[in-house]
Amino acid sequence: MILLKTLLWLLCLTPLGFLVYRGFTGGLGANPAEYLSHRTGFWTLTLIMVTLAITPLRRFTGWNQLIQFRRPIGLFAFFYACLHVTTYIVFDQFFDFGAMIEDIRKRPYITVGFTAFVLLIPLAITSTKGWIRRLGRRWTKLHRLIYVTAILGVLHFFWKEASKADVRDPLIFAGVLAVLLLARSRLRPRVRRDA
Amino acid sequence: MLIRRASEIIPSSEITPEGVYINRRSFMGAAVAGAAAALSPGCLLGQEQEQDQQLKPNTFEEITEYNNFWEYGSEKSDPAQNAPGLLKPRPWTVSVEGLCNKPGKYQLEDFLKPHKIEDRIYRMRCVEAWSVVVPWRGFPLRDLIARAEPTPAAKYVEFLTLLDPVQMPLQKTDLLEWPYNEGLRLDEAMHPLTLMTTGLYGRDLPAQNGAPLRLIVPWKYGFKGIKSIVRIRFQESQPNSTWMKQNRREYGFYSNVNPNVDHPRWSQKRERRLPSLFKNTETLMFNGYANEVQSMYSGMDLKKFY
Repeated sequence: MILLKTLLWLLCLTPLGFLVYRGFTGGLGANPAEYLSHRTGFWTLTLIMVTLAITPLRRFTGWNQLIQFRRPIGLFAFFYACLHVTTYIVFDQFFDFGAMIEDIRKRPYITVGFTAFVLLIPLAITSTKGWIRRLGRRWTKLHRLIYVTAILGVLHFFWKEASKADVRDPLIFAGVLAVLLLARSRLRPRVRRDA
Repeated sequence: MLIRRASEIIPSSEITPEGVYINRRSFMGAAVAGAAAALSPGCLLGQEQEQDQQLKPNTFEEITEYNNFWEYGSEKSDPAQNAPGLLKPRPWTVSVEGLCNKPGKYQLEDFLKPHKIEDRIYRMRCVEAWSVVVPWRGFPLRDLIARAEPTPAAKYVEFLTLLDPVQMPLQKTDLLEWPYNEGLRLDEAMHPLTLMTTGLYGRDLPAQNGAPLRLIVPWKYGFKGIKSIVRIRFQESQPNSTWMKQNRREYGFYSNVNPNVDHPRWSQKRERRLPSLFKNTETLMFNGYANEVQSMYSGMDLKKFY
């Protein structure tokens, strides 16, 4: 298990390593800020999809230990989300908080993306064993927020890409998310019977 | 207000109307801006402004590896990857048609022959809030228009990109309405800054930059600069451009660079001058060419005619 977890960490850090490597070798292209923003956003959404896939996969395969991967993957999703937001705060706005507030108020894709990020924060904070114990059943309820974040995150990507007419990538995410949500809704009754 | 500021910041030497030969190496150093200014007789501005970093063209790699050319994909790296192997810029035919006395269909070589090719350094401001400085080469569109002799009824010029899904694979999809088209009002097309562009950095246009013939209108957002043109048509009514058809609320016919009119999804007040990480360059009215072009829009509500 330790071996698998190490492997998981390496896997989750690979995108960041790739970006750092490209950064030092001049491989980020003519618009490095845009590239970093796009890639960190992409990996945030991808890892959120992976965390949502854990439970269905566990049911289908019967490999219950999979659940142990969910927290680190979720936290890595939060980590990439933080990097993504950082590119916005530093590169796009350079700490101009007035402009950021105006952006959040006026532009739906920013509003939605910002909300998705804010909703991730309590999930990251309450991911520890202590919080899980303290919250009990409420923890499960609270962590259903991940569905909201996932939907808002995909919507954020979709609205951004709609400005350039090419929404194929966001539609792929939407498709994956739909399948994952459907898989869960079908699983839920069985989960209850098992319990 | 902003218009006055723009004229202060942008020296006339950013436009090089003389046939100043531009080769790549001569642009690599910061001293180049000064050299270009020295060669530009109309220059009245101080030396320190001439050496402003804003004048320094982007590298050939930056200009040719980061492009929007939807016919080859919507990622900035797609055109450089796909266009050179697919686009055949020779032989190339251009037709001039519509409301003019001398329409015609030309082989590219014959089309270019009467024109004196010159080099010009322009800033390019993309609607996506990034910008570059490019040493283009080409000839004023007005020379071409003079030869075609538009009739008094002609009020607009429409341009069309090649339609050939073999050479332009994304035309097999319905990502946009193909072929790409753009338009200018006749006075905009006749403006001396408007450039029929055939090259950059002293050589022919690379495929990904719109070979062999494209439009450059430096005071408008980059997407007005239609690439790989095969048809130029004079007409009485205002053409609907590709992006207007795609999303009329976000992309208008004029699309003049204007820091006071936001794109619905982002602010246009500032831009990222590539390869800078930071979006900290103030966007100038008409991309800094206000002195030259603002009279064409006097009395127009630019918030309405965006």
